[in-house]
Amino acid sequence: MPEATIILNAAAIQRALTRIAHEIAERNESGAEVVLAGIPLVGDQLAFRLGKILSEIWKLPVPVGVLDVSMHRDDLAHRAAPQVHQTVMPFDVTGRTVVLVDDVFFTGRTTRAAMDALNDFGRPKNIQLAVLIDRGHRELPVRADFVGKNVPTALTEKVRVRLDIPGQPDEVVLEK
Amino acid sequence: MSWYRKHLLDIESLTADEIVTVLDTAKAFKAVGERAIKKVPALRGKTVVNLFIEPSTRTRISFELAAQRLTADIVNFSADASSFKKGETLKDTARNLEALNADFIIIRHSASGAPHFLSRVVEASIINAGDGAHEHPTQALLDAFTIRERKGKIAGLNVTILGDILYSRVARSNIWALTKLGAHVTLCGPSTLVPKTFEQMGCRVTHNVDDAIREADIINLLRIQHERQRKTMFPSIGEYTNLFGLNKARLAKTKPDALVMHPGPINRGVEIDSEIADCSRSLILEQVTNGLAVRMAVLFLLNGGQGPQGVAGS
Repeated sequence: MPEATIILNAAAIQRALTRIAHEIAERNESGAEVVLAGIPLVGDQLAFRLGKILSEIWKLPVPVGVLDVSMHRDDLAHRAAPQVHQTVMPFDVTGRTVVLVDDVFFTGRTTRAAMDALNDFGRPKNIQLAVLIDRGHRELPVRADFVGKNVPTALTEKVRVRLDIPGQPDEVVLEK
Repeated sequence: MSWYRKHLLDIESLTADEIVTVLDTAKAFKAVGERAIKKVPALRGKTVVNLFIEPSTRTRISFELAAQRLTADIVNFSADASSFKKGETLKDTARNLEALNADFIIIRHSASGAPHFLSRVVEASIINAGDGAHEHPTQALLDAFTIRERKGKIAGLNVTILGDILYSRVARSNIWALTKLGAHVTLCGPSTLVPKTFEQMGCRVTHNVDDAIREADIINLLRIQHERQRKTMFPSIGEYTNLFGLNKARLAKTKPDALVMHPGPINRGVEIDSEIADCSRSLILEQVTNGLAVRMAVLFLLNGGQGPQGVAGS
């Protein structure tokens, strides 16, 4: 059993999301142009939570999509095939601001794959990135626009975000 | 969810979990085919060879389009245009293809076990697209996908396979897949084409068509394979149609939500009445659509390397 430290508890996760939502609202004056696209398995859950908070701030519905990136990954031939999840993008992204939502920002390769995957659905006006945890160790020149918490980590450590698991509190855990 | 195989040679050696992994993956690939841009870069730079040493149109085209939608390059190699007529062996042909750096070889061959043999002599991933009367794994996977999509499950369903079972690789692969997933499989056809020995595979065998389809949720019709029969196994096509053909009167005696499948090509007026083939209870064209998604999923899964499974968010 690896040694595990709780980085964020349920209340802290919700506070971080509320702050990110306000930052998204501050950056994007016209809420009607903004859609969210969450990356499974956890980013989509975060996106739905963010969408709910944002729709309360803007007083209008904020469309939320699920964007699976497994078919666009750059390591497909290097490891066993990843689990593919359903992509559901129930809106046109062309001309809109798409906020990608992911749980842990690490190498940046998932974000690159997500931008490629998004490309198949149209040409967004711009793409922004919201993440709950930024753990560093970027391998590509990408950065996040909205960050819940910066967590310096060693490469060998693992960050796990657990949301909506029955019988377990929401939490972010750092495993050594 | 797990898949660590390099080849897809048969259904017999797959676990239920592996079959479900293919079906789940195929669901996402079906959605890709419904988009404006029906292509993903998952197999970019890979080379796929269709090595069809037996005539086929639909399976070959399905694999061809599947590879193209994954951004792979695909080469078609068919029996009549090939060096087999000039006496080259299967092994030498495959090694030649490998010398061209083929990453996948999709093989159809009249000899059972030909894909297994190839998997031992070349480094490429081998996909069995039908070997003799042995197996046709992607057909069984697409049939299972179609049943699951329309019925919401497979376990507990009554599936009747009707027709030429003895010479059918589709039947064998379907029996393996469906029984592994918990369906009750009934086989029916002339006693010469549906021997009782199939009961050893966990099926019910009957030679009475009304009995076979009465409780069926799915009726999967198979073509009479004239090309595989060395001698006459039943008196005449007309008699077969009378005794085993699916017509309106027979379908009326089944459950109202029973659905009809057929791997194609169909012989209208022989094993299936024309109006049934075109009716709302027929899944024949959905099977074609789903076949593409399943073959994309198979290529995608086999493309995976040996390391730990790729995880989203890392």
